[in-house]
Amino acid sequence: MSRLSGWGRTAAVDAEVLEVTSEEQVAAALAAPLAPRGLGRSYGDAAQLAGGRVLDLRGLDAISPVDPHGAVTVGAGASLDALVRAVVPAGWFVPVTPGTRQVTLGGALAADVHGKNHHRDGTLGAHVTRLRVLSPTGTHELTPADGERFFVHLGALGLTGVITEATLDLLPISSDRVLVDTERFDDLDGVMAAMVEGDHRYRYSVAWVDCASRAGRGRAVLTRGDHERGEDRADATLRPPRPARLAVPVTAPPGLLNAASVAAFNELWFRRAPRHRVGEPQRLETFFHPLDGVRDWNRLYGPRGFVQYQFAVPDDAAETVRAAVARLAASRVPSFLAVLKRFGPANPAPLSFPQPGWTLALDLPVGPPALPGLLDALDEMVVAAGGRVYLAKDARLAPATVRAMYPRLPDFAALAARFDPEHRLTSDLDRRLRLREG
Amino acid sequence: MDNAFGQPQTVVVLGGTSDIARAVVRRLAAARADTVVLAGRDADALAAAAAEARDFGALHTPQVTFEATDVADAGRAVADCFRAAGREVDLVILAVGHLGSQEEDQDDPARAGQGALVNFAWPVAALAAVRALLVAQGHGRILVMSSVAAIRVRRSAYLYGGAKAGLDRLATGLAASLAGTGVSLHLLRPGFVRTKMTAGEPEPPLTTGVEPVAEAVVRGLATGQPVIWSPPVLRWAMLVLRHLPARLWSQVMDR
Repeated sequence: MSRLSGWGRTAAVDAEVLEVTSEEQVAAALAAPLAPRGLGRSYGDAAQLAGGRVLDLRGLDAISPVDPHGAVTVGAGASLDALVRAVVPAGWFVPVTPGTRQVTLGGALAADVHGKNHHRDGTLGAHVTRLRVLSPTGTHELTPADGERFFVHLGALGLTGVITEATLDLLPISSDRVLVDTERFDDLDGVMAAMVEGDHRYRYSVAWVDCASRAGRGRAVLTRGDHERGEDRADATLRPPRPARLAVPVTAPPGLLNAASVAAFNELWFRRAPRHRVGEPQRLETFFHPLDGVRDWNRLYGPRGFVQYQFAVPDDAAETVRAAVARLAASRVPSFLAVLKRFGPANPAPLSFPQPGWTLALDLPVGPPALPGLLDALDEMVVAAGGRVYLAKDARLAPATVRAMYPRLPDFAALAARFDPEHRLTSDLDRRLRLREG
Repeated sequence: MDNAFGQPQTVVVLGGTSDIARAVVRRLAAARADTVVLAGRDADALAAAAAEARDFGALHTPQVTFEATDVADAGRAVADCFRAAGREVDLVILAVGHLGSQEEDQDDPARAGQGALVNFAWPVAALAAVRALLVAQGHGRILVMSSVAAIRVRRSAYLYGGAKAGLDRLATGLAASLAGTGVSLHLLRPGFVRTKMTAGEPEPPLTTGVEPVAEAVVRGLATGQPVIWSPPVLRWAMLVLRHLPARLWSQVMDR
């Protein structure tokens, strides 16, 4: 038995971990219930099964050569870090990257991850041309032409089958730098207006919002940019990202991240940003994956861990974003810089999270007694606005709330049953939210 | 499943009509507990507790009856509760207990023995059944209701306190036996609590109502405290009080 938890380090459980290195082993393991797992970067309980079996897929890590059009076939257990380091020197980049490279491709597709370019490029799943899925009913080779039989696996959190391999189209790049425009705003309305007005001019856009201090609530730093064009600079290079150079060696004592320390950090961070700067070159890893520079940063949250709360609401519900930030600032629940982004169109995957409009993500340390109730109140606001919470990050939603947020859950459950009629693919998240029950 | 805040969804309560258990259930049902199995002796009182749990948010509240003097029946009662839950059980609350009247019981072998059955033997048998089912499940938690009366037995309630002392020590050992199974045990040690069980008894210092106890339980479940004291100051108070000379102890606690 091994002790397992998600990246948030809450609700740790004992489970039997099966390490696999071949599809034959995956197929054999599917004879009984299990939860697929990659690098364990889902914040909550999506990749664990208390008292059950967990399939560790990191051994399926093959990466094919990139074809001349940018297509690459990648094993589900390969990390985006390994993929990026393999392809950047040849002038390619992943078409979509979440805030860390330390996720497996299988996990990224199971969460249908998005990045700073969702407003124009969609989720990572939108760039997949072929999926290989093993389920109790057999091996399935699927392309987007297969319609719902293909899309059901994106954002399915491993509950429809085990993705073993995917082919995706990479993005050509000619420099390892991103040219970044930075703007600082004193309030939320200002940054939201700027994003609505100008995001379409940038491939990448994200804002960091201060929710910690009552005085500075809603102040924000907006960073937007695109890849540098190598032909514009004689000494452009294509170096792969550097590995982490710092690490958090031990779990921090409880209460290190409290309302005062988080507010102080946010203050420093806000003041460090320039009021307005254009075309600053940044390395890929600085722009996309700043936290990957510090290994095990989740230990900073202490023994009780943290939850991430990310919700999406339609454009006409911008007021919900404002209300959420105000609620949080007033509650004195410490929140590190929140991430605000605009989403483009949704895709056909029934459990995919992004929907057009706004998304706000918050990291919150577990501990304040008011936190569970505060998040339940935010759930109600999000549902009322026609929005939803990101399941790959969830560790505390209620089953009834999920049904209001994801109206296509019954379709998902019916499709999942076609790939897995005996419900062998499960997880603690599935058991908690009863996703396969529809 | 327990969520990130240690809020259970499926709860079994052995002794479901206990005032403390009901106060805990109200809070758990208001959070995430949608299935609460209530087991006890009095079917009408169980039905009332079930209605209350539903008022606070529970959706399924099956009821199971048993006699806590029938030790041989404890395994059946626990198995029925797990079956009625219909899902994997996140939390079992063991709240079976009976204060009795020491004046009437202490010179009556049959009554004194019955009290020990209810407060010690039946809970021990039930815990054996619960342990087996939860370990097979590979996860879950047990909350055992002990008492500060178990830490140092009072002259005025030594039958009750003595049985609770046995249960308290046994639960400590049981908790240790669960290491590596995915199952864990919380031991609740409330002070004197105003309930229907203690109605009419003289109130010693640090007496509380049921709500502070329920609050302490919910906090202990959230933080994973192995021993939950209520009020929390009792942890330190008992450290001193248990070492008082006997005469002084009686003067403080048995006035």
